[in-house]
Amino acid sequence: MIKLYDYILSGSCYKVRLMLNILNVEYEAVPVDFYPGLEHKKPDFLALNPLGQLPVLTDDELILRDAQSILLYLVSKYDAANTWFPEDAATRGQVAMWTAFGGDEIMAASAARLHDVLNYPFDIDQQRKSAHAAFLILDDHIAEQEIKGFDWLAGTSPTIADIACFPYVSLSEDGGISREEYPAIERWLRRVMDVPGFIDMPGVLQHWRS
Amino acid sequence: MKQIDSATLNQWYVIQSCTDLTQTRPRHTRLLGSDILAERLDDGGLSVWLLSATGEQMRQLPVRECYDYVWTTMGAPEGEVFSMPEFYEEGRRMVVCGIATVQTSPGRIIENFLDMSHFPFVHIDVLGAEPETEVNNYKVNLRKDVNELWATECGFYQPKAMASATEGIEVDYQYRVANPFAAILYKTCPGRDDAMDLVGILPQPLDETNCDIHYFMLVFDDVNSDQELIQFQQGILMQDRIILENQRPRELPLERGAEITIRADAASIQYRRWIKDMGIGFGTL
Repeated sequence: MIKLYDYILSGSCYKVRLMLNILNVEYEAVPVDFYPGLEHKKPDFLALNPLGQLPVLTDDELILRDAQSILLYLVSKYDAANTWFPEDAATRGQVAMWTAFGGDEIMAASAARLHDVLNYPFDIDQQRKSAHAAFLILDDHIAEQEIKGFDWLAGTSPTIADIACFPYVSLSEDGGISREEYPAIERWLRRVMDVPGFIDMPGVLQHWRS
Repeated sequence: MKQIDSATLNQWYVIQSCTDLTQTRPRHTRLLGSDILAERLDDGGLSVWLLSATGEQMRQLPVRECYDYVWTTMGAPEGEVFSMPEFYEEGRRMVVCGIATVQTSPGRIIENFLDMSHFPFVHIDVLGAEPETEVNNYKVNLRKDVNELWATECGFYQPKAMASATEGIEVDYQYRVANPFAAILYKTCPGRDDAMDLVGILPQPLDETNCDIHYFMLVFDDVNSDQELIQFQQGILMQDRIILENQRPRELPLERGAEITIRADAASIQYRRWIKDMGIGFGTL
């Protein structure tokens, strides 16, 4: 049985919940008191993930950390049609590239949100600036894809790259990052929300769905 | 900044939970626009200092430890922190849910908390669901003996009323505004007809349009862990946060006719009138 060590307000945990729901995989959610309890920095949790970060997914003996790695594991095991991580070499390379973008550059938007919502001592101006820089790159990329006739970050159908980038982009306003200047991102967010099996989390506005 | 009215100054405000204020974790924060520092002393006691703009300790503020929270005031309150006898009931669990920072006035926060009509649209499939959007004719009552505002007979259909709810139920709600900036919700306790669960919100006004919301649950619940209860409540508050931060003006307008109200807003209308009569000017227009 899959167990997800989960925090409802974590966008990284939400990536995994979203993927599990889309793939229709049963799992047990283990709530971790990330805030105010800081349970992810305590010995029991550090035994699972010495980095002290959520999410962690376990599947019997297997213990995985890092949302992007977990997405890759889940689709490798449960996506029989291989559409979420396509086999074509060039597409696969692009999927991996934009999945990494979701775990790296986009995380500036997560830091801004942690600052604004939970008072984390980050340099908020710097984080917002970095997030805007990442959003600009993403917006340009999506527009280029659309011009080529594609709706997704890589390839011709939704992949783990879309799931890895969606949460913290859609939650950006929690961290004071407006998306007014990114029309292509807005169109793409709505398309992700229409993927069968999509679920929301607090802060993701469900009534924006078309 | 405009002069702060005495009604606002003379309230007790939560500034931290007792467990989170330790000797190694003092809290340097703001209250009503001023910097303050709360410290846990060697003997376990507390000190709260009003700081100058350059960080010098100006004067010590009154402090209370009550309901697992640290309270202070900038003025001279007539009484003690409001009474909450449920805190002492056997079998109840006090679950402190942390702090959420929200860019709005404390009045907007209390008013949103009193508003049931947003449930089906903001807390979709949790505290409400279309098409069950009707707010019934609840009663609003200003209890002059204790100077508290109550809204009662607030029934509402909720798909998942509390963390322990497994199916939709018609929930009985009562709201208690115990002071201008402290509100408690009493709601049907799933599986216990003789008791109600409490959810409290205690905004700490950092300044007129910024607050740290301290919030808690005080419940009978043998099913859910603290972690589950906290996550449930934090999720709801994050949904409210978006609405609150998008309201303009951020201050609460107290002039009649400033905003269009309907019958379902009865609690809000009475709340605005009550704090206006009290002379609350802070965070209002």
